[in-house]
Amino acid sequence: MSTTPAHTAKGLPDTWRRPPMIANPLLRYGLLLAVAVYIGWALWILPIDWARVSQGFARAARIFSGAFPPSFERSGLLISGFLESLKIAILATVGGVLLSIPIAFMAAKNLAPRPVYLVGRALIIIARSFHPVIVAIIFVKAVGFGPFAGVLTLIVYSIGFVAKMLAERIEEIDWGQVEAMRSVGAGYFPTLVYAVFPQIMPRQIGLSIYQLDSNLRASAVVGIVGAGGIGSTLANAFGRYDYDFALAITIVIVAVILLSEAVSGQIRKRIW
Amino acid sequence: MLKISQLVKRYGNGAPVLKGLDLEVPGDSVVAIIGASGAGKSTLLRCINRLVEPSSGTIELNGLMLTDLKGAGLRAARRRIGMIFQGFNLVDRLTVMENVQSGRLGYLPTWRAVMRRYPKEDIRRAYELMERVGIAHYANKRADELSGGERQRVGVVRALMQEPEILLADEPTASLDPKTSEQIMELLRALSREFSLPVLINIHNVAEAKLYTDRIVGMRYGRIIFDAAPAALDQAAMDEIYAGVPAEERGEMGNVTPLRAKNA
Repeated sequence: MSTTPAHTAKGLPDTWRRPPMIANPLLRYGLLLAVAVYIGWALWILPIDWARVSQGFARAARIFSGAFPPSFERSGLLISGFLESLKIAILATVGGVLLSIPIAFMAAKNLAPRPVYLVGRALIIIARSFHPVIVAIIFVKAVGFGPFAGVLTLIVYSIGFVAKMLAERIEEIDWGQVEAMRSVGAGYFPTLVYAVFPQIMPRQIGLSIYQLDSNLRASAVVGIVGAGGIGSTLANAFGRYDYDFALAITIVIVAVILLSEAVSGQIRKRIW
Repeated sequence: MLKISQLVKRYGNGAPVLKGLDLEVPGDSVVAIIGASGAGKSTLLRCINRLVEPSSGTIELNGLMLTDLKGAGLRAARRRIGMIFQGFNLVDRLTVMENVQSGRLGYLPTWRAVMRRYPKEDIRRAYELMERVGIAHYANKRADELSGGERQRVGVVRALMQEPEILLADEPTASLDPKTSEQIMELLRALSREFSLPVLINIHNVAEAKLYTDRIVGMRYGRIIFDAAPAALDQAAMDEIYAGVPAEERGEMGNVTPLRAKNA
């Protein structure tokens, strides 16, 4: 006995501590120390050019002074950029969600046979493993600059999220309802329509709305690498040192995203 | 006539859950299957409609060898076997009518099922049956808005929509309060007479089993060790069936003695 708890009159302990997550104290403190040492070392060898940083402050000051006041002079460009982003986001959401549904069914362990399950999971992992910016660079190379590359990129991005979340929801369904449909002699497709779809429908709608919101945000980012939409407008403004126009674009992006966040939040709250 | 012979079911490489079971259920009798949890009651029922695949043995329903079937043949045979579940297993987000009509899924073309274009005679039959069990006014309600007893009635109507030749009920009253539970048992007995249906009921409540069924089958560790009229189920038989289970887990004990006094 390494520790003897204090005892009450009846001989029962009156102190209690939650058992530590890692029982071995050597391993526990060793891990903490290792993490601390690694972070110290990583910071130490990180190349930081202090002269360059001090210049950077001046440059940042110049950009910001050039950005004020924001210029809405070329609002026509701003609006058409946004409408293109919206178009990209809507097309990508519709396409992504439509593709996500069959992939989610393939990737649900409880419904799909083993080989199909592996294919479904692989598709999701591939879609998730690349950041949209990297996917956008590939698609811009493949189909050229412009919104089409953006739509394709965000379809991949949507599949990575929607199919994964939907597959997890399908794996959580109440199996009793499926059993009931099998017991009446229903075939595979009617069983899905009656026992599975009604259970996953609220999640499906919520995910689609969330994804539309998310695609609108992501469309601004992938535009910077040439995939169309407001991001391209922003990248061009920076490229031409039009910092006041760039600030105007940034303000509108933030406003639109806040608005879409509020709207989609309201809709999702009513469905759940 | 349901005829089960030498039925064996084992999961994986473990000890068998059903150990060479023989059972015959003729005509329209209501049969209770009792036994401790883990005795294999649920597995037995699910082997009959092949929700669970038997390891060996045969099951025959009115001349049709159920254990030989697969694919479309199996689905067609399942239409003839109605099942009622402990947790009701209704589709919560669908209306009562859709739940009731789902009993016809084995008969309907897929497009009709998906579009909810139910044939006229099915709709009429649904209303008749819902009227019979007292839920017709709920046709357009969502299934999860109903109370437990009402939901089990939907479950019963769904099974009857199949025009079944036998009803399997897996603990149909275990999730219900005592009064509702008796009403459902009464309903099952009445429906058995009306439709000349054999009904097989897994049940934990021995008092209800004695009251509402014609025959009691006692299972223990995958074997049938008791099979007789309810009156023959005495204390000794009960002890045999539930041996090894602590007496207090057998909630029915308290009810059994006064029931016998009433019969005497």
